[in-house]
Amino acid sequence: MSDFEASTPLARDGRAPNVFREGGWTPMRQYSETEEVDFAIVGTGAGGGTLAARLAEKGFSVVAFDAGPFFRPLEDFASDEESQSKLYWLDERIVDGADPLVMGGNNSGKCVGGSTVHFAMVSLRFRPEHFKARTLLGYGADWPVDWREMWGYYDQVERALSISGPLSYPWGPARPAYPYRPHPMNACAQAMAVGCEHMGMKWAPMPLATVSAPRGESPPCVQRGFCRFGCSTNAKQSALVVWIPRALKAGAEVRDLAMVGRVELGSGGQVTGLHYHREGAWRFQKAKNVVVAGYAIETPRLLLNSACPDAPDGLANSSGLVGKYLMTQPNQGVFGRTKEESRWYKGPPILCVSEHWNYCDDKNFPGGYTLMSQGPMPQEWVNIQVGARKLWGSDLRHAMLDYNHMVGMKVVGEGLPSVHNSVTLADEVDQYGLRIPRITYSWTEGDKALIAHSMDQMQGCLEGANATDIFRQEQDTNHLNGTARMGDDPRTSVVNPDGRTWDHPNLWVCDGSTFPTTGGVNPSLTIQAMALRTADRIEALAARGEL
Amino acid sequence: MRDRYPDYDVADKRATPSWNDATRTALDQRLAVHPGPRFLDAAAFATLQALCGRILPQGERTHPVPLAAYVDEKLWLDKRAGFRNAELPPLREAWQRGLAALEAEAQRAYGRGFAALDPASQDALVGRMAAGGLHDPAWGDMPCALFFAERVMAEIPRAYYAHPSAWNEIGFGGPASPRGYVRLDFDKRDPWEAAEAQPGREAEARKANSRVGR
Repeated sequence: MSDFEASTPLARDGRAPNVFREGGWTPMRQYSETEEVDFAIVGTGAGGGTLAARLAEKGFSVVAFDAGPFFRPLEDFASDEESQSKLYWLDERIVDGADPLVMGGNNSGKCVGGSTVHFAMVSLRFRPEHFKARTLLGYGADWPVDWREMWGYYDQVERALSISGPLSYPWGPARPAYPYRPHPMNACAQAMAVGCEHMGMKWAPMPLATVSAPRGESPPCVQRGFCRFGCSTNAKQSALVVWIPRALKAGAEVRDLAMVGRVELGSGGQVTGLHYHREGAWRFQKAKNVVVAGYAIETPRLLLNSACPDAPDGLANSSGLVGKYLMTQPNQGVFGRTKEESRWYKGPPILCVSEHWNYCDDKNFPGGYTLMSQGPMPQEWVNIQVGARKLWGSDLRHAMLDYNHMVGMKVVGEGLPSVHNSVTLADEVDQYGLRIPRITYSWTEGDKALIAHSMDQMQGCLEGANATDIFRQEQDTNHLNGTARMGDDPRTSVVNPDGRTWDHPNLWVCDGSTFPTTGGVNPSLTIQAMALRTADRIEALAARGEL
Repeated sequence: MRDRYPDYDVADKRATPSWNDATRTALDQRLAVHPGPRFLDAAAFATLQALCGRILPQGERTHPVPLAAYVDEKLWLDKRAGFRNAELPPLREAWQRGLAALEAEAQRAYGRGFAALDPASQDALVGRMAAGGLHDPAWGDMPCALFFAERVMAEIPRAYYAHPSAWNEIGFGGPASPRGYVRLDFDKRDPWEAAEAQPGREAEARKANSRVGR
């Protein structure tokens, strides 16, 4: 392990870091490795963190593992892009395919709280019809859940995170008012609003998981703009500051810097616990149930790396679909210059939304998409400049001088599921001796049509906002989904609607990898809503003796 | 290059509520970077320095941002990006091979080392690398354009724009915790942000920029 990685766990000896106090601690219940806990959860992000809190609150014994460190934002987070790369999953992964994915900070967290520690806080609901895209809209796949049930769980998550959003939301069925008032829109968001008006699209302030007024020990957002590099004030409602403290209070144990390498399969198709690496040694935790919540790369990697004589192709893989139907979301952008100073580094990076093309079906491509304003920090911005415009040398330095005069938009699109996009195991091993993932991705023709349409729309918006020197970022991606898809049929899915694997009744998946489709919005709210649903289903099954 | 933000120094804010302790520590470490090389050998480091000088020329600077030192530090730590294209070898090997190949290309084309070439010849080789036009056996199976896009251009520009000198140049507010910002509208500047000099009104900007640390 390299020097830049933390190596000493903090959650131990009956206490865990108190994320709201510099140097502070909070009591933590602990379980012995020989005690068969009700649930061992792998991952503490939007899926695992949420589920750990809810299962512990329902009275189950829970140990949650995370491969990364346990940070206290107030003392550990700098206002600095480069040093905050400590939040990312930087272990090696191989990418290939016609459109190889960009990993690392783009989509992968490695710390307690997972990617929610560095996500952009965009908190949107799926369009109801997107849960039945195959039946109602003719593409992708159907979710085996009803949108009205999901709507109820969205209500719960929005309250749990005190989402700050507009007074009324312009798209979709009626929903309750957002708990907190919207954040003010910065210059770039205002430019997008003007552009949307020009194009005949509605817009709204973005619903965000950072508080606009005090909540508990979270102060209101101060608009510092470094949200994607960790919130140093705790205004952001990440899993680290929302679900993890709830989990600890309810009696869950969190093990930081604990890399799970293999889930153990016992007799009768039941799993018996998991092998994890902590403080220089491999250990084993017994558990009645194991929940894999490592997100769309690490979840299939763990299931595949857990192959054994009784499951030679990996756990939960009788369908052959573990690692298949990997989806990302198109995240192309269009940028332009304004005469006025925009200083787009101020405020949360995304402050304006248009879901017009999620709700309009008069279009020539499958899927939907959301448009949103942008606010990149300098390293992010130079990355866009060199990637999209191929600039280097003094041309690059000159182009970067316009940083304070830029505006821009990005799409978050519904990437289509394809069985050819996948996570498999490479022969190379990592620092734990575990085979690393190989991530294969190519856009489908439908994706390409969606991308082309969205870029024309964004270009129109920026022209309508009187931006000049407009350019397009033709290739970018963000969130991941799929690789352990849920369904009604064991032959065509990995887990059932409860997240329970078809093959092993006490092995579960709770994260974005169960998504049959991505929807046209950022996935974190839906991952958390599904985790709440899974917790309720587990409670109901336990009450009936069916766990 | 015209100084858009004259006398703006983001470090003036070091003792203000815009910088917390974690930020001060991070920036101190950045500015105290080991001059290198610790990972690359002297010849490869010289090639890297020359390459950095073409990716982000800093001829006007008395104290240029030590870009090669940052790349060498990353290699020394083996701090990877979290992914690599299947056609590339791991981080350290990619850089060692890529720099050796660039050197071989310089010898082949001009009979001199890359670092000894004039800027125009260096740029010509960089341009050919970017376009996939270099094929010396020293590249092995690593496509030169991929090395350029995924290593050179992923790492050198990021190192430059992580440095306070670059933030001063582009008028970035820099660290902002815990104070953050107040004025979010077009053409609105908080007193602790860089002031852009309008032509003929440089003195006004200088005055405003001298006050960002108050």
